[in-house]
Amino acid sequence: MNAPANERERALMGMGESRLRKEDARFIQGKGNYVDDIKMPGMLHMDIVRSPLAHARIKSIDKSAALAIPGVHAVLTADDLKPLKLHWMPTLAGDVQAVLADEKVHFQMQEVAIVIADDRYIAADAVEAVMVEYEELEPVVDPHAALLPGAPVIRDDLAGKTEGVHGARVHHNHVFRWEAGDSAAADAAFATAEVTVKQDLPYPRVHPCPLETCGCVAAFDPIRGELTTYITSQAPHVVRTVVSMLSGIPESKVRIVSPDIGGGFGNKVGIYPGYVCAIVASIVLGRPVKWVEDRIENISTTAFARDYHMTGELAATADGRITGLRVNVIADHGAFDACADPSKYPAGLFHICTGSYDIPAAHARVDGVYTNKAPGGVSYRCSFRVTEAVYLIERMVDVLAQKLGMDKAEIRMRNFIRKEQFPYRSAFGWEYDSGDYHAALEKVMGAVNYRELRAEQATRRADPDSPTLMGIGIVTFTEIVGAGPSKMCDILGVGMFDSCEIRVHPTGSAIARMGTITQGQGHQTTYAQIIATELGISSEEIQVEEGDTSTAPYGLGTYGSRSTPVAGAAIALAARKIHAKAKKIAAHLLEVGENDLEWEVDRFKVRGDDAKFKTMKDVAWAAYRQPPAGLEPGLEAVHYYDPPNFTYPFGAYLCVVDIDRATGETKVRRFYALDDCGTRINPMIIEGQIHGGLTEGFAVAMGQQMPYDAQGNLLGNTLMDYFLPTAVETPKWETDFTVTPSPHHPLGAKGVAESPHVGSIPCFTNAVVDAFAHLGVTHMTMPHNAWRVWQQLQQVDRPVEPR
Amino acid sequence: MIPPSFDYHAPSSLPEAIALLADLGDDAKLLAGGHSLLPMMKLRFAAPAHLVDLNRIDELRGIREEGGEVVIGAMTRENELIGSALLAAKVPLLVEAARQIADPQVRNRGTIGGDIAHGDPGNDHPAIALALDARLVLAGPRGTRTVAAADFFHGTYVTECAADEILAQIRVTPFAPGTGSAYAKLKRKTGDWATAATAVVLRMAGGVVVEARVALTNLAPTAIRVPAAEAALVGTAPVATAVEAAAQAAMAACDPAEDLRGDAEYKRAMAGEMTRRAVRLAAQRCSG
Amino acid sequence: MTTKKRISVEINGRSVEREVEPRMLLVHFLREELSLTGTHIGCETSHCGACTVDIDGSSVKSCTHLAVQCDGAEVLTVEGLADRGTLHAVQQGFYQEHGLQCGFCTPGMLVRAYRLLQENPDPTEDEIRTGMSGNLCRCTGYQNIVKAVRWAADTLKAQAAAPNASAAAAAAPAVTA
Repeated sequence: MNAPANERERALMGMGESRLRKEDARFIQGKGNYVDDIKMPGMLHMDIVRSPLAHARIKSIDKSAALAIPGVHAVLTADDLKPLKLHWMPTLAGDVQAVLADEKVHFQMQEVAIVIADDRYIAADAVEAVMVEYEELEPVVDPHAALLPGAPVIRDDLAGKTEGVHGARVHHNHVFRWEAGDSAAADAAFATAEVTVKQDLPYPRVHPCPLETCGCVAAFDPIRGELTTYITSQAPHVVRTVVSMLSGIPESKVRIVSPDIGGGFGNKVGIYPGYVCAIVASIVLGRPVKWVEDRIENISTTAFARDYHMTGELAATADGRITGLRVNVIADHGAFDACADPSKYPAGLFHICTGSYDIPAAHARVDGVYTNKAPGGVSYRCSFRVTEAVYLIERMVDVLAQKLGMDKAEIRMRNFIRKEQFPYRSAFGWEYDSGDYHAALEKVMGAVNYRELRAEQATRRADPDSPTLMGIGIVTFTEIVGAGPSKMCDILGVGMFDSCEIRVHPTGSAIARMGTITQGQGHQTTYAQIIATELGISSEEIQVEEGDTSTAPYGLGTYGSRSTPVAGAAIALAARKIHAKAKKIAAHLLEVGENDLEWEVDRFKVRGDDAKFKTMKDVAWAAYRQPPAGLEPGLEAVHYYDPPNFTYPFGAYLCVVDIDRATGETKVRRFYALDDCGTRINPMIIEGQIHGGLTEGFAVAMGQQMPYDAQGNLLGNTLMDYFLPTAVETPKWETDFTVTPSPHHPLGAKGVAESPHVGSIPCFTNAVVDAFAHLGVTHMTMPHNAWRVWQQLQQVDRPVEPR
Repeated sequence: MIPPSFDYHAPSSLPEAIALLADLGDDAKLLAGGHSLLPMMKLRFAAPAHLVDLNRIDELRGIREEGGEVVIGAMTRENELIGSALLAAKVPLLVEAARQIADPQVRNRGTIGGDIAHGDPGNDHPAIALALDARLVLAGPRGTRTVAAADFFHGTYVTECAADEILAQIRVTPFAPGTGSAYAKLKRKTGDWATAATAVVLRMAGGVVVEARVALTNLAPTAIRVPAAEAALVGTAPVATAVEAAAQAAMAACDPAEDLRGDAEYKRAMAGEMTRRAVRLAAQRCSG
Repeated sequence: MTTKKRISVEINGRSVEREVEPRMLLVHFLREELSLTGTHIGCETSHCGACTVDIDGSSVKSCTHLAVQCDGAEVLTVEGLADRGTLHAVQQGFYQEHGLQCGFCTPGMLVRAYRLLQENPDPTEDEIRTGMSGNLCRCTGYQNIVKAVRWAADTLKAQAAAPNASAAAAAAPAVTA
């Protein structure tokens, strides 16, 4: 094609294009391949017997009635797993977790036994028929109560162990104490501060609830001694390594495949007992075994999110310059610490909590606690506790603003890290790569006409008969994503690099595989776009595959917004290796030196002679036909990328709410979300994920909860109560962007789409609290459902005169 | 997710269904829309040995006018109520209520009869039936009998319908001129049961309220009428002067159970607010 | 042991006869018995709508419907939306307007949108949101789904106005994998 360069560039459908998605064809025709779609010859079905009690000893398990049901092949308990030493397994957080309850259950719905049957209907009947006798024990569900001297002992297996993997344990229900920052400097700032504020900020437990639940098909081939497992996993290679270690099967004979995944959001990172049981059952029976959980099981037992009980303090000058931050957190980890964090960080990346602000002194302490609840903590688009960190600082800034009577946008402007200060080293030691926070907030304020909104609010506040309270919420967040440099980040000892392998075929199309795994983020499209621009091949002709550990290079998976920062860099650098070799071949074909060539969109041109060029396709053919001396045939490369740093996307969000003073219902009038994720690969895909993340954030802030009663029963564990908004409840979102590239990333890209969740949740709280600010309210704990907001109204508001 | 085993019967006439029920006794349950029963069976909270499917019985369907009454077959779907020109003209409260029940797919299957006969205080049609003074026609082995809605709801999951009877029809009087109605339902999200809901029917003549009926959903062990609210409204002009009294009466009459939707205090207050809104809206519609 | 029932159902235009347990849910009949795995399961309490199919011209959650109840019925699933390889306008619309991400809610959304537009060919945004309120999505926040349904409505209107169907179909670029 000899069209002009800009036409050829459009035809590539590469970086920056809002091109339609390559993966859609199968999904819109019902031809996706999710775990529960998989059928294998001889496949059996597994279901799980679960404990109705939160804390109990198991006195007996009677399998006989279940085994008597025709079509039931096996019923297994911890006793059956003991000879294999698989009744307990290591967690990603350095703890151990029961695979099947071993003499004791620690949380409601914990796995007690498994049944394997011909089909799922028989398996369901068999689960009912297993008779378990329990001796109830006193449960503890409040993490503060769990640390009291006489609190029930949850972990008998840790009796006497005063050291955990993260240091000293100060109580039988204590997991770890973790600290960051400089407590002396922080204390000094508070001692000399003109103004201080302190606020308790509980962040309740919620659950990511992707539409597809977790499951797997484990298929052990007894003839080949090979184990294949199809699994809903956001990190298939890590699963392979762990499964090999647990089972003793060499990693070379274990194949883990993450097929199409119906939403992850961090719910599908951990290795759940159900997976281990299915694998064991398959090995024992020599047949494929499928396990797919139902929704109640998913909400009740898989990785929850948050449950951070935070107390924040800010020290400041009288004119609102923040001089110090102190944070204490009680972190409820449930009965086992199965948190999916990089191993050095039991509180994840929580110490990003100085946020977008130039705070000179800071200290944070997090105490992990066991309770009789399901294990987890890190999930739901949290980027390793960044949701908690941003919630903390954005709420504290509002609390400080209210104390000082300062405008909530102005106080942020006053404290932002300035553009000139980047790269910026925070008081917790993070080196922020780039940012322009003032520009982002100014753009948002201009777009919504902020002054007019505040004027309207003042008018409404002056009207005693106004049927609504109006609130304006602002959040200016900085995230830390792209875990991460291997010197800082490892999962079970594997560094958090990622990888890409690209192979260009003789006829000029290509296939590429990465160590990440899409769950709806559109990697099949966006990764192809990166390669398209790097290599000058249309993204239509680049096949992207992920998720099969037998073909994909090793990677740490997709969560924490790490795909673009880490795998995206690997993709660019692998492509550039190919590009470098291609240049040599082109030079050889054109009989010039490499220095005489310049690259234009899809071809190497001889400088000064437009007629003499070779396209990447020409080069590909030549690479297979007769490469120049000294070069191997073929055209491919692999790159493993160990990032030099995290990346720091940021944004400014503004929310306007109107609260019905009679019912407590909150209407989101407007939500304006500006994101800066650096270089944008596909704006359409970014915007779609922003919509989704804002909607999930809306659900968290306005209705999601996991209430436990004193007996440890999880109330509201179905979709009747767990708030997933429909299209009717969901607000309309306005999105915007700025572009501040990351200086250390090959594409300047930072990663995106946890940001709308990270940023929107405190924005909703800030808006709701702002609606009450003139009545003296400084904080309201989520969820801001109508009932809870109404209770706040009763405390501070006068009833509206009936008309 | 998987129901326990049962035997399935699909009679094609009402007499056949009645005979089956008599034969199978307590072990049988009727399958109407299925969106209350089947979820309970899937969670194994209910395990009937037999299901008698009413969905193939034509005589249980249809909406018509007969002898000055509007007659609605018990197996009429919520979406059929919504789409009925006859109801829109003569008993618009039913259309308004049906629109606020569940979601579009559930409304394609859920029936007015099932919603009433289940005895669930969270269902909407019981309060609507009370507000309409509906007559419920029960068919059984001992023949057919008509029960006033006011005499139908005895307790949570306990109705006047005997185990061997089938609710066959709901008969209501078309609205007289000057009648306005409203159903104000507060809920957490689309598809949820009411946190609190009030049904109001008012008839005005010469600007004065001459008839009032007020009924509450999910604020007591059954749907309830609030005679004190009705008394407060009758004889008033304009209605605005009595709105607060009606609301207070509703709050006094209700006996809400605490759940994740709210505690008794919140639900009681919302009973008041939904009553205010329903009365105001019904009054506006009287002139229309 | 309960008595199995013989049922005869038309699925996506093809007649199928099977013996089923009365308790077999329609969604399992489709997925397990007929290997039509396009229809998905997202919950067990009839909330999420991922299992939505079309039965005798009506959107129904197939997880809350027994296979035996479909004896003599016509059922349409996502696999039956395309006409001999030509995608239906709702399918095209979801592709054009980026109405899907993970794809798990998509079949239910498509089959519901198909019926919604049969019932209401020119829906407003509010009518689309209400009309689709029986289908949950976690990825998209619904905004592009609304646009996709609107795109399909416009396309179907254009197709009805210009009965030369190939013109309208050719106007949209082909969906390539």
